[in-house]
Amino acid sequence: MNFSVRKFDAVIVGAGGAGMRASLQLAEAGFKVAVLSKVFPTRSHTVAAQGGIGAALGNMGEDNWLWHMYDTIKGSDYLGDQDAIEFLCRKAPEGVYELEHYGMPFDRNEDGTVYQRPFGGHSQNFGERPVQRSCCAADRTGHAMLHTLYQRNVRAHTHFLVEWMALDLVRGPGGEVLGVTALEMETGEVSLFQARATLFATGGAGRIYAASTNAYINTGDGLGMAARAGIPLEDMEFWQFHPTGVAGAGVLITEGVRGEGGYLLNERGERFMERYAPTMKDLASRDVVSRAMATEIKEGRGAGKDKDYILLKLDHLGEDVIEKRLPGIREIARKFANVDPVKEPIPVVPTCHYQMGGIPTNYHGEVVAPRDGKPEVVVEGFYAAGECACASVHGANRLGTNSLTDLLVFGKASGERMVQYLRANLGHRELPGDASELTRSRLARLESQTSGESVYEVGGEMRRVMQAHAGVFRFPDMLVEGVRRIREVSERAKHTGIKDKSKTFNTARIEALELDNLIEVARSTMVSAEARKETRGAHDRADFHQRDDVNWLKHSLWYQDGDRMEYKPVHLKPLTAASFEPKVRTY
Amino acid sequence: MRFRIFRYDPDVDEKPYMKDYELALEPTDRMLLDALIRIKAQDDSLALRRSCREGVCGSDAMNINGRNGLACVTRLSDLKEPVELRPLPGLPVIRDLIVDMTQFFKQYHSVKPYLDNSEAPPEKERLQTPAQRAELDGLYECILCACCSTSCPSFWWNPDKFVGPAGLLQAYRFLADSRDQTTSERLDNLEDPYRLFRCHSIMNCVDVCPKGLNPTLAIGRIKELMVRRTV
Repeated sequence: MNFSVRKFDAVIVGAGGAGMRASLQLAEAGFKVAVLSKVFPTRSHTVAAQGGIGAALGNMGEDNWLWHMYDTIKGSDYLGDQDAIEFLCRKAPEGVYELEHYGMPFDRNEDGTVYQRPFGGHSQNFGERPVQRSCCAADRTGHAMLHTLYQRNVRAHTHFLVEWMALDLVRGPGGEVLGVTALEMETGEVSLFQARATLFATGGAGRIYAASTNAYINTGDGLGMAARAGIPLEDMEFWQFHPTGVAGAGVLITEGVRGEGGYLLNERGERFMERYAPTMKDLASRDVVSRAMATEIKEGRGAGKDKDYILLKLDHLGEDVIEKRLPGIREIARKFANVDPVKEPIPVVPTCHYQMGGIPTNYHGEVVAPRDGKPEVVVEGFYAAGECACASVHGANRLGTNSLTDLLVFGKASGERMVQYLRANLGHRELPGDASELTRSRLARLESQTSGESVYEVGGEMRRVMQAHAGVFRFPDMLVEGVRRIREVSERAKHTGIKDKSKTFNTARIEALELDNLIEVARSTMVSAEARKETRGAHDRADFHQRDDVNWLKHSLWYQDGDRMEYKPVHLKPLTAASFEPKVRTY
Repeated sequence: MRFRIFRYDPDVDEKPYMKDYELALEPTDRMLLDALIRIKAQDDSLALRRSCREGVCGSDAMNINGRNGLACVTRLSDLKEPVELRPLPGLPVIRDLIVDMTQFFKQYHSVKPYLDNSEAPPEKERLQTPAQRAELDGLYECILCACCSTSCPSFWWNPDKFVGPAGLLQAYRFLADSRDQTTSERLDNLEDPYRLFRCHSIMNCVDVCPKGLNPTLAIGRIKELMVRRTV
């Protein structure tokens, strides 16, 4: 196996919202950039986002970024870094306006401004009442956004390398990042992409769970590559279970349904969220709603013959509103739940949806890791943005709409930072002699292994373990057992065998390589969850049922080497605003 | 359930063939893609594209019992056995159910699928009335799956010259956008015996679109705009 070396100023891995927002900055600045994507850019998972982009435009009534900031910090259960959150909320409106100028087909108000709908956890005046902050294109916001960004990149002549899968990160002797190795799916050819700056925008890894709203491609490739290269992963115990995945199918039903006036019912027809969140009700933040639903089901008030789901009622909105604001939901409900929501409620359950943790970054999108006793030292030449990154703006629980805001704001910020870096640091550094050794050995193993368990079996076992041991409610004995079992699965993953040895579009090989990445994410999740002895945001432990700010107001850092845990402080000081002190969280 | 699937791997096969598979369905197997994933678990050499599994990413378009569609939103219970699966017609096959979509995307790119407005943008959003915005409905939702273009005989004969229904739908999406200022350049770009006028309103595109869109209608609107500017 001889790998050719290709030189670029910058390499971006992933062509979803974050990758394509960053690539615009670089293309417009005139740099030679390669954007690698496993799929054609418009197939990236940003396409599946439905409800909207959170930004305090104030088109529907009074709003401002400070309220958005407060909601995001409270939503994060105070684990989010307040400097990054201030940056997110202040930059959000500009990000939306830019998208609009690029041609995004936002819904409109009578006065011609962008329509905004209410969304979970977003409030006016520090929690007083729900606010309309979510900028949307019907219930296809992610689709509209991703296509708009792709179109703008076509205009900017961005160089995409489509159906290339990045395999491993290349680091120099001082730990600086020098590029990635990547496989062209169509030919099986592997190249080393040498770059002065490398951005990971590889998305999440929701496919570690058996029931997930995520696409098949969401296999945490960036996280796997970073972990193998010695970069820690931050806050991996925090996974968002979206309240409304279609029962049985996992397909997402946007929170926008509740934003537009839909609500949840238990088997008795009771609007139970009134008990759990008297002010925000069905628009409380997602961890709160999912936990309430799981409690209703656990206590025997679930609907259906097995009492194992909750009903999402929206027929009272009327066919006109549903057709205008939620047409995609009607289509999904008919196809995947066999119900027409104009007439009947949709059966839903909390479903794995979003990874709050990821590759640690600062608010410029630079990757940071502990070094020489300092918790956050920039890893030179390395950037991350979007779901694969942990800035951390979502902390222990992300608010709905903030994922798209995150892509826009940190996609752009990392692109800008890379431009600055590229202007100040000319010339490629020398590659170490063993730059592609890890990739070579991983591919060689797959090539030579003729027997062994299938990727499908081992992956299935991983998804079952994650689902059973690290779900909405977490129990100490189950977590300890989960760590043991996931380590066992991770050993098994080293010996999988694929029968297909073809060079041409070998998807069996791709899936085996993806499993390596999923396994790192699964292990980091289970180990970090077992270690965190408190309940915060989406991490709910039966044995430590309170948030513990004295001992646990800190970020977890998991290292692949020996499953080692370290911790670092939360940034409680914003850029300009006053700090929001942790307080009891009610909705 | 019985399946007959088109197989061709240029590395090992001299020519394509149809391979039979039999699968005992599980209660959770609702859509064709669910079955294909389980067939692939038995035979890892079967190559197909897939991602979102909910009909929004456009990856898993294929020819299903003679008709183009997305595997992830095609119900197994609606299919006649044996279910015959082939790659999208008219595009070169890379392997099995995976086709080379270069020509399809080239045509999409040829319509300059991006908003063109040379005025400096305002500080906030450009204003657009709900009625102007409604003009984009039925256009912007395209997922570029290529079901339409690869069911169109005109595209089969002239994939290099005829833009095809998907590209033309997007051409009209920007013509219809009140914020775009390049109507006449866009029409010039299509005024050609092939690019637009190879559409003979056979309407296969409308018939197969998994998103329920109507490229023929959009093509008709473009033709109207052409006529209107000559009188």
